[in-house]
Parts: sequence; C-alpha cells; structure tokens
Amino acid sequence: MKRRVGFNVERIPIASGRLVFFVSLLAILAAFVVAGIFFQIYGVSPIKAYQLILRGSLGSRFGIAETVRRTIPLLLCGVGLTIAFRALFWNIGAEGQLLMGAVAAAGVALFSGLPVPLLLPAMFIGGFIGGAAWGLIPAILKVMLGLNDVITTLMMNYIAIYFIEWLIHGPWKGPTARGFAYTDTFPRSAWLPTIYGTRIHWPTLVLGLVLAVIMYLMVTRTRSGFEIRVIGENPNAARFAGISQLKTALLVMLISGGFAGLAGVGEVAGIHQRLLGPTNISMGYGYTAIIVAWLARRNPLAVIVTSLLFGAIMTGGDVIKVSLGLPFQLINVFNGLILFFLIGSEILLRYRISFLLRR
Amino acid sequence: MSWETWIIATLSRSIVYGTPLLLGTLGEIYAERSGVLNLGVEGMMIMGAYFAFTTAYITGNPWLGILMGAVVGGAFSLIHAFTSVTLKANQVVSGLSLTMLGLGLSGVLGRGWEGKPLPASLPKITVSSLSKIPFLGPILFEGQNLIVYLTILLVPLLWYILYRTRIGITIRSVGESPATADSLGINVDRVRYICVFLGGILAGVAGGYLSVAYRPAWTEGMTAGTGWIVIALTIFAFWNPAYGMLGAYLFAALYHLSYRLQPWVSPELLKAMPYIFAILVLILVSRGTLQKRMGAPAALALPYTRGEE
Repeated sequence: MKRRVGFNVERIPIASGRLVFFVSLLAILAAFVVAGIFFQIYGVSPIKAYQLILRGSLGSRFGIAETVRRTIPLLLCGVGLTIAFRALFWNIGAEGQLLMGAVAAAGVALFSGLPVPLLLPAMFIGGFIGGAAWGLIPAILKVMLGLNDVITTLMMNYIAIYFIEWLIHGPWKGPTARGFAYTDTFPRSAWLPTIYGTRIHWPTLVLGLVLAVIMYLMVTRTRSGFEIRVIGENPNAARFAGISQLKTALLVMLISGGFAGLAGVGEVAGIHQRLLGPTNISMGYGYTAIIVAWLARRNPLAVIVTSLLFGAIMTGGDVIKVSLGLPFQLINVFNGLILFFLIGSEILLRYRISFLLRR
Repeated sequence: MSWETWIIATLSRSIVYGTPLLLGTLGEIYAERSGVLNLGVEGMMIMGAYFAFTTAYITGNPWLGILMGAVVGGAFSLIHAFTSVTLKANQVVSGLSLTMLGLGLSGVLGRGWEGKPLPASLPKITVSSLSKIPFLGPILFEGQNLIVYLTILLVPLLWYILYRTRIGITIRSVGESPATADSLGINVDRVRYICVFLGGILAGVAGGYLSVAYRPAWTEGMTAGTGWIVIALTIFAFWNPAYGMLGAYLFAALYHLSYRLQPWVSPELLKAMPYIFAILVLILVSRGTLQKRMGAPAALALPYTRGEE
C-alpha cells in the first residue's frame, strides 16, 4: 500500500484580526532569528545582543525617552503613508517630504520674525505645506502624465537632500555657525518644549496621536475614506462609480506629504533647533515608516503600536553600536528582513494550508 | 579645448557612465517583460559592487571581481523571485525590501573596506587601427574596457532573443497573459524565475563595473540611486532593449553635460541633476505611458496563480 503525504490549499476570504496579529508576530520573530546569524558572525551571542537591545531601548528611563522621541517622526510619517498605501499610491518619498517640512519650518523660524505665540504654529503650518507640496508634485505627475509614483517620489527624496545641502552650504549658512554647514540656531521662541530631561518634544507626539485617531475615523467613517479604499481595492469599480482619480491622489498625497512635513518640523524644532545636514535631520525615518505602515496593515491606529516598535529597534541600533561596537547599519538589515518576512508571510493570510495523509 | 575634442570627451565619458545604466536596464527589461517588477535593482547593484570590489581586492583579479558581482547579484535576485513568484507577495514592497536589505548588508559588511585602493582595475583597450577613425574612433576605441563592448553587443542579442525567437515569445506571453501561456503548457513560474535571475546577474555586473572599473573603490551607498534611474530608464525604453541603449547613453550624456554648468551652478545643486533628469526623461515619454501605458507588459507586477484571474 502506498502512502502519500499531500496538502490541501484553501482560499481564506477575509483573515481574522487574530490571525493577522499572529502571522505578523511570526514574521518579526523570523526576522529576529535570521538577524541573529549576523550577531553570531560578529562573535556576539544573539540572545545577549537582544537582551542588551531590549534593556537599552525599553529598560531604562533614558532608553524609553529615546525610543519615544524616535517614535514621533515614525508615527507621523507612518500614519500618512497608511492613507497613501490604501489608495495604492506608492509614496516612497516620505523622507524627502519630511526634509522639506524641516526646510519650511526653518525658514519660518529664522526669517519670518513672527511674534512668540504665532511662531510655532506658523512653523507647523509651513512644515505641513512644505511636505505636502513635495508630495503633490508626484501626485500631479502620476494622474496627469501617468508617471510612475515609486520613481518620482523616490527621486524627489534625492532632490530634497541636495536642496538642503545647498541651503546650508550657501544662502542659509549661519554667520554664527563658525564654518560648519548649518544654519544659525533658531530663536528660543521657535524651540518646541520637551518633557524634562528628555528629547521628547511632546506637542509633536500629541499631534501624531491625534492625527492617527482622526485618520482612522476618516478612513472608516467618511465618504473620502470610502473613496480612497475603493480606488485601492478595486480601481475599475472606482472608475464606474465616478470616483475622481485626481482628487483622491491629491488628497492622499496632501495628507501623506503634509504629515511627513510635520515630522520634519518636530525634528528641527524639537531636537536640533537648526537646519543641518539631511542625514542628521532624519536617519531614514521616511523609509522606515514604509515598514511601519505596512506592518500596521495600513491601519492608522495600529501605527501607534508599530511606530513604537521601530522606535525601539532604532534605539537598539544605538545600543549595539555603543555597547557592542557593531555597525548601526545592522538596523537596516533588520528592517529589510522584517519587511521581507512580513510580505512573504502574507500568503498565510490568503490560504489555509492543511496537511493530510493520503492512503 | 576645441569643440570637437570637447564633444568627443563628453561622448566618450557618456559611454563609460552609460554602461552600468544600460546593463541594469537590459536586465530589468527582461524581468519586467516576464511580468515581474523588481524594484530591488539598487540593492542587487550595491551587493554586486561590494562583492566585486572585495573579490578583486583579495585576488588581485578584476575579472574575478566582476564574475563575483554577477553571482551575488543573481543570487540576491532569487530572494525577490521567491517572494514575488512563489509566495505571490506584493512586488513593489518585496523589491523595496530587497533594496533596503542590500544597502544595509553592504553597509555592514563594507565597514573597513572604505578608502582601500584596488591593485588592478579592468584593463583599458585601445584598438590603434580603429581609433584613427575620425570622431567615432576616439569615442569608441580609445581607453574603453571590455565590459563596455560586451554591453553594447548584448543589446542586439537581447533584442533579437526578445523579438525574433521562441524564447522571446515565451517571455513576452508570460508577461502579457500568464493564464494563456499556462494553458499552452508554458511553466510561468520558471520563466519568471529565469528572467528575474538574469536581471540580477546584469545588475550585479553593473555594480561590479562601478566598484572595479568606473571608480575603483568601495564607498558605502556608492550606487547612489543608479538602480532607481535604471527603473526609470526601463519605462523610458518602452521595455525595448534598443531604446534602453538610447536612453542609458542619453542619460549619461545629460549627466556629464550638467557638469559643464559648474561655473554657474553650485556643486550641491549639480548633484541633484541626475534625479531631476530621471523625472524629466519620464515626462518626455509621458504621452506614450499615458496612452494605454504603451509597451508595458499587461501582467506587470501581477502575481499569477492558476485558476485565479
């Protein structure tokens, strides 16, 4: 008698929330295991390394503070990206939009001369406009000319980077910066308040949390949110229903770019108090936010949790650099792996695989 | 410098910089023709660049370096093939993660390799008889390396395969209508794997060319967006190897010409030029992309599962 082992594949119509959660968790764990190999290569026991990362990012007041301050830009960028991704607008340009928000905020802080009560709000408004403008260019190019959104948003990142380089080496270079390439320090009234003894600029954090809730309600409860979802899930149906491609693309990029711009305001007004080199303003927050939004399954509320996770991972990067002498770049390997396992595991949400023993 | 020598110098350098762009574009054209969008070109390229450089450095043989670049680029591309073809995952996100992974891995591994000089770069060839040809001679036959020529030869070869052979029809049918191809007994997944793999090999060679020949050194993130420009050029080329050649050299020429603006434009803004060009180049062909996405494979970026449309 022949025995054959086979398996049966069934399509799952809609995966339950619990399944999604466990599959996501599994993906992250798998990434941790594979990344552990790298620690082993560098002669560090993975278990010890993860213990150190956990203690360094969440085990002390300082660690938690650093984790939260990195969560802020990830939260703002991530919430915006969930909206863009829902409409299947591939915004890979949050990094550039964040930087342009920082530019706009710095411009207002240094040159507007606005009185104290107006200055910070004006910086946030300016930052939103800066980021949104940078995001709207690819949106217009996509809808009007059919240009690929991945490429245009990505190219805009590089353009933003060199634009800032030019500003801080040229016209905006601070007279008091003693030859360094950055602007003058902002006036005191343009500094965001921080929680005592930390670098948590809490107004930006509150803003991010509020926007996450508002966006969740927008997506689930409003007409615009419904249109965004239809365009993303069934473009043909959207066309027949008369949903405007242009209006939706502009709306999602206004939100996505604008929120990234707000993150840029937080970084320059809350952390650095001046405009400086692009790699110092953002350590790739805009790119990491892509993973944050995807892990949150494009749910703005879930971004609160996933941005905190990646805030902790980024802080962990400092820990492995300082206490283990390993390159900070390992974090990027980590992030790439998580994203891979995440999308790789999505097949588990679409199909139920059951093994059976056939006789 | 006379006008003629100036033009010759610009064109000659355009071919030097256009070569890795063209290699990458040819590979991506094949991958996308089979229906797989691979946004991991930047990642495969930088992995190829790193392994090519270290291999050339250790062995002292630049050709072994290029070979290693090809192997690593190809192997790296299989990750994307696995997630997007076998696991049917979202190709945009999978390609992005390949790029992130490549940039991260090469950054980690490349620590300590920066600033080391390569003992031997690719030999420069001068065909003395042909270099006497006015104008074309000094552009094509003076001081270029073998990869430059091989890349140029690859264009008609890959064009011929794609449009005039059975293999080409198979690849294109898989990219246009995988269900039809499947019903004719073509193994869709296998064709896609092979095309993505070829794309990876060529991207790896392009990376090796950058770190072993173009600028023989390793620096973190040295591909600096070249892989993304390749993706833009693939669209510009309407997924046709011949137009790919035109696009790559044209782009490289623009890039070099922009440096002529040096006396008037600050260096930081000049560095932004390639990325502005990439957008401009796409705007240039936008009429075509808007009208039914001219030339784009119909099943591009769509995973195929038998029995599911």
